[in-house]
Amino acid sequence: MSFVSSLEKSLATSKFTITGELTPPKSASIEDVLDGARLIKNDVVATNVTDNPTSRVVMSTLATCHLIEKQTGLETIFQITCRDRNRLALQSDILAANALGIKNILVLTGDYITMGDHPEAKPVFDLDSVQLLWAIKRMQEEGLDLAGKKLKTPPKVFVGAAVNPGLDPIEPEIIRLEKKVDMGAKFAQSQCLYDPDVLEKFMDQISHLDVKILVGITPLLSAGMAKWMIKNCPGVIIPDEMIKRLKQTEDKVKEGIKMMVEVVSKIVPMKVAGIHVMVPERADLVAEMLKAIKASGVV
Amino acid sequence: MIVTKEKPLEEILGFLTPYKKILVVGCDGCTTPPRGLREAKTYSTLVEMSGKLNNKNFECKATTVAKQCDNHDCATTLTPQIENVDAILSLACGVGVQTLVEVFPEIPIYPGQDTIFLGSQDRDNANMYEKCISCGDCILDETGGICPRTRCPKGLLNGPCAGHMDGKCEVDREKDCAWVLIYRRMKDTGQLDKFRAFRKPRNYQISTSPQQIVWK
Repeated sequence: MSFVSSLEKSLATSKFTITGELTPPKSASIEDVLDGARLIKNDVVATNVTDNPTSRVVMSTLATCHLIEKQTGLETIFQITCRDRNRLALQSDILAANALGIKNILVLTGDYITMGDHPEAKPVFDLDSVQLLWAIKRMQEEGLDLAGKKLKTPPKVFVGAAVNPGLDPIEPEIIRLEKKVDMGAKFAQSQCLYDPDVLEKFMDQISHLDVKILVGITPLLSAGMAKWMIKNCPGVIIPDEMIKRLKQTEDKVKEGIKMMVEVVSKIVPMKVAGIHVMVPERADLVAEMLKAIKASGVV
Repeated sequence: MIVTKEKPLEEILGFLTPYKKILVVGCDGCTTPPRGLREAKTYSTLVEMSGKLNNKNFECKATTVAKQCDNHDCATTLTPQIENVDAILSLACGVGVQTLVEVFPEIPIYPGQDTIFLGSQDRDNANMYEKCISCGDCILDETGGICPRTRCPKGLLNGPCAGHMDGKCEVDREKDCAWVLIYRRMKDTGQLDKFRAFRKPRNYQISTSPQQIVWK
């Protein structure tokens, strides 16, 4: 069987798949992010590259993906949001990604414009993530763009989406995931997870869906960060015990990473496909987290 | 009704500075909060008094029109009152202002209000809520009678994004997530099958401005 990407192959054939995440540089130079890519390269199958995360300007995702792949050999997952581009621009970027050799695409609706530092900008949201998945499916399967016009060479990409197991109510999120899977999402990366019980329940609720779940893993770096996330990040549920441990310990980063290794050890037996390790703008911590997981032998 | 918000007085004084005789025109139509004769009189007094503080003598006259968006109403009510008027300050929505511009092409017309939305009013609390963006392609039959194009900042059509928390929107935690409202309503009324349906991208061609209906 042939696979579009190493990520697809790993999800189909490995017991446990690990992806990482890199933020494009707020710079006209790619160097910093290449260093990050080299740090994590041997511990992940592929890395996400974010798309103007939290509505702040960084280098274009497409260019960053291309340069990472070309200069470090690390496979990328092109995150594409509907916030900054209409359906014409989105479709051209999908074609461009394919031409540049990018094989994985993660489709997101995107944070709202006012969450970032350009709150006066015009939000686009011409499509939502489900509709963009539909557009890509149409391009791949029927060789047509959204206007119904033929593409000489249709793209061939491996497509995923995002999911948030901790939302309340959860049913609309499950219905939305059903739609995403219907529209061609083969994998879904989750919001940061700290409470394995939340995931266990969620995995039961989506057992009817043919989709590979990569669980979001972000080490907590302080009790303050944990409290901030509980208050501000939808669907993030952090057990009190974790906050207590962070308060009591001297080396909070080390403890944060240790606690996440424990979380990973608990989710390995669940029907998840793997994990997605992310720390915004801190490739060094992604690398540290990955090394700790490897060293623990839980995976 | 059309909901408006007063422009800051300094801004109004700024564009009225070149003129002396000002006709302040209210609207008795749907402009909300009310911007009729009483408010026109208040604006007249405010403009005159603020002018005096800045060594500027405005002479304001207050009047109102049944519906400023109706060119016949404007013409019949205002024509007898515009002699020697240097400029008109309209307290109506942007539609009213532009109707006046067409009825009285020789007079400079200025907006006293910022027009903000088509609203529904909660009379108990005097609150007003935007409910419709006049997209020209109503889908309330598919969404439990709650409009996601208006009430979801992202205008999502296939369910909530993952940003809702305690039923509130990621963009503003004081506001309800439209899609959680839609979900609850459709669940309670046995319409979850419709909630599950995939909705294709919106046809913006239908909503291209300016809209018009022309009788031929």
